[in-house]
Amino acid sequence: MSFTPKALLLVASLGLAACQNPDRYGAGGADGMGGTGGTGGTGYIDTNGLGDPNDPRSIAYFNQTVGDRVLFAVDQNTVSDQGRQVLNGQANWLNQNPGYAIIIEGHADEQGTREYNLALGARRAASVQQYLLSQGVAGSRMRTISYGKERPIEVCSTESCYSKNRRAVTVLSVGAGS
Amino acid sequence: MTFTRRSFATTLLAGAVMVPAMVRAQNSPTRIRIGTGVIEPMPIAVPAFVDEGGAGDLARNLAQVVTSDLDGTGLFRTINRDAYISRIQGFDGAIAYEDWRVIKSEVLVVGAVSAAGDRITVKVRAYDIANGQQFEGAAMQFAGTKAGWRRMAHKVADLVYSTLTGEGPYFDSRVVYVAESGPKNARLKRLAVMDYDGANVQYLTDSSSIVLAPRFSPSGDRLLYTSYETGFPRITLLNLANLKRQTLAEQPGTMTFAPRFSPDGGSVVFSLERGGNTDIYKMSLSSGQTQQLTNAPSIETAPSYSPDGSKICFESDRTGGSQIYVMSASGGEGQRISDGAGRNSTPVWSPRGDLIAFTKQNAGRFHIGVMRTDGSEERLLTASFLDEGPTWSPNGRVIMFTRETEGGGGQASLWSVDTFGRNLKQIPTEGAASDPAWSPLLP
Repeated sequence: MSFTPKALLLVASLGLAACQNPDRYGAGGADGMGGTGGTGGTGYIDTNGLGDPNDPRSIAYFNQTVGDRVLFAVDQNTVSDQGRQVLNGQANWLNQNPGYAIIIEGHADEQGTREYNLALGARRAASVQQYLLSQGVAGSRMRTISYGKERPIEVCSTESCYSKNRRAVTVLSVGAGS
Repeated sequence: MTFTRRSFATTLLAGAVMVPAMVRAQNSPTRIRIGTGVIEPMPIAVPAFVDEGGAGDLARNLAQVVTSDLDGTGLFRTINRDAYISRIQGFDGAIAYEDWRVIKSEVLVVGAVSAAGDRITVKVRAYDIANGQQFEGAAMQFAGTKAGWRRMAHKVADLVYSTLTGEGPYFDSRVVYVAESGPKNARLKRLAVMDYDGANVQYLTDSSSIVLAPRFSPSGDRLLYTSYETGFPRITLLNLANLKRQTLAEQPGTMTFAPRFSPDGGSVVFSLERGGNTDIYKMSLSSGQTQQLTNAPSIETAPSYSPDGSKICFESDRTGGSQIYVMSASGGEGQRISDGAGRNSTPVWSPRGDLIAFTKQNAGRFHIGVMRTDGSEERLLTASFLDEGPTWSPNGRVIMFTRETEGGGGQASLWSVDTFGRNLKQIPTEGAASDPAWSPLLP
C-alpha cells in the first residue's frame, strides 16, 4: 500500500487551526476559562476572541452552553447517553454555523503507557467524529487529533481528575468550513 | 547548538601488552559472573592515572569517572584510595601485587594520561591481582580531544567491565530523552541527549511543540521521534550531525507515532492511526514506500524489531487490555506471548536477542519487566505509581525507563535497573525527564 497526499489545502488551514488550540497548553475548562493557558505564545486564543457568551453564534456560547466536550469511561471510546446529548447540541450548532470547522481532540488519563494512550485518544476523537457525521456535520469540516495523556486538564492522581481527563473536546476554528 | 561525534582513535598497545601472556596463569582468570544470585561487589583498585605530562586534573578525574562507571553497575566496589599501600609511579612500573592483595583488591586498573594542546592520550592496563599478571588483552591506548575526556574514561571502564564479566561493554554510550518543564497541565517538552550517566547534556529541539519517545538509529547517527510540530502527531527523523528534521509518512487525516528503526537502519516501523484505528506499518527510508503490517480493528502499536530483523514484537488490545505479540517482520496477526496478570505493553527486544523488556500495569501499579521472547520466565524488575518505556543498554544487561510520581506535583525522571532487578537508581538530569532511549555503543 502506498500513500497519496490529497486535500493539502485543507490540511494546511486546519494545521493552522491546531496551533490555536486552547486545550493544547492545558487551558480550556468547560467554561473556557481556568487552566494556565497563554504560555504557548502567539497561537493561544484569549477569552476576548471567543465572543459574547450570550450570543448563540459565539464560540463562547458553544463552549459554555452547548458544551465542547464529552467524557469517557476507563479505556472506553463509546459515547455515553449524556455525551450524545452534548454532541447533538454540537451538531445542531455546527449545522447552523457553517462558517466554522472543528478539531476534535482526544485525551486519555495518565493510567496507561504513552503510546497506547495516543491511540486511545485517537479512538475517542474518532467516536465523536463518527457521531457528528451521523448528525449531518460534513466530514470536510472535521479533523481529529490525539494528545494521549500529554494534556491533562486536571492534575490529581485520583478518579475525580481522571474522569475529567478522559475526554474529547471539540475546538472551533473560523473559516475552514469549505 | 551542535552535536559532533568526535573522532576517536583506539589502538591496542600491541607489543608491550602481548608479551606478558607468556607467563601462564596458574588459576583461571578472575571473573565476575552476571546472574541471578546475590552478588557481592568485587573489590577493585583504581588509582589516579599517572600524569605523563600536562594532564593536571585529568589524572584524577579520569580515575573518578572509571570508578563511577564500574561501581555504578553494582558489580564492583572501588576500594577507597586512602587505603592503597602502593603508589603507581609509572605506567610501565612493576606491580607490587602483594600490596594490593593485602587490601583485598582483586583487580588493579593502572592508567596514564598525557596532554599536548587540545589532544590527550590515555593508556590503561588491568591487572589480575590473584594471578599476579595483567589480564589478557586488557590494555588499550586512546587519543582524542580534551573535551572528550569523559568518553575516554568510559572506554577504560568498558575495557575493565568486559574483561571481568565477559560481557559486551556499555559505558561509552549516550541516551536521548525528553526534557520536561512546566506544570503537569502545561508541560513543555524538548529533546535532549546526554552521556549514559547524565553528563554532557545537549538540547536538540526547543519546547515549542510536544515531542515524544525518541529512538536512536542502530548506528547512533539519527533519531526518530513523535512531534506535534505540524500541529498533529507525526513521526520525525532527526539527523544528529546537522540537526536537520524531516517529517515522515505524512498522510492527511492520519496520526503517526511509535517509530523505531529496523536493525539495518534502512526502514522505520511505526503506528499509523486512521479513523480511530491504529495499525503497524513499515516505511523504507530510501524510497518512502510504505507497507501495512497489521490489519485489525484493535490498537496495534509499540513495534520493536528482533536484533536479527526477522521478527517484530508489538502490543495489541485485541483481547481487551494490551498484551504483547510477536509477528514475522513481514507482518501478520502475530502470536501472543504475554500471559501474566494485568496489561502488558511497550515491548522492546533486547540487543542480545534473549529477552523482551516491557511495561506491566496491574492492580493500580506499573512495573518494568523482562520475559523470554516466547513469553516465559517473566520477571518484574520494578514497581511504582508509574514506570514505563524501557530501553536497553547496548549490551542488554541494563534497562533505563521513565518513572513518574503521583499527584498534581508529579514529575518524571529517568531510572535504571539491571535485568535481575538489582541496582535500581535514578539517572541525574537537570530537570524532569522522560522517554529515554539508549544509543548503541559509540565507536
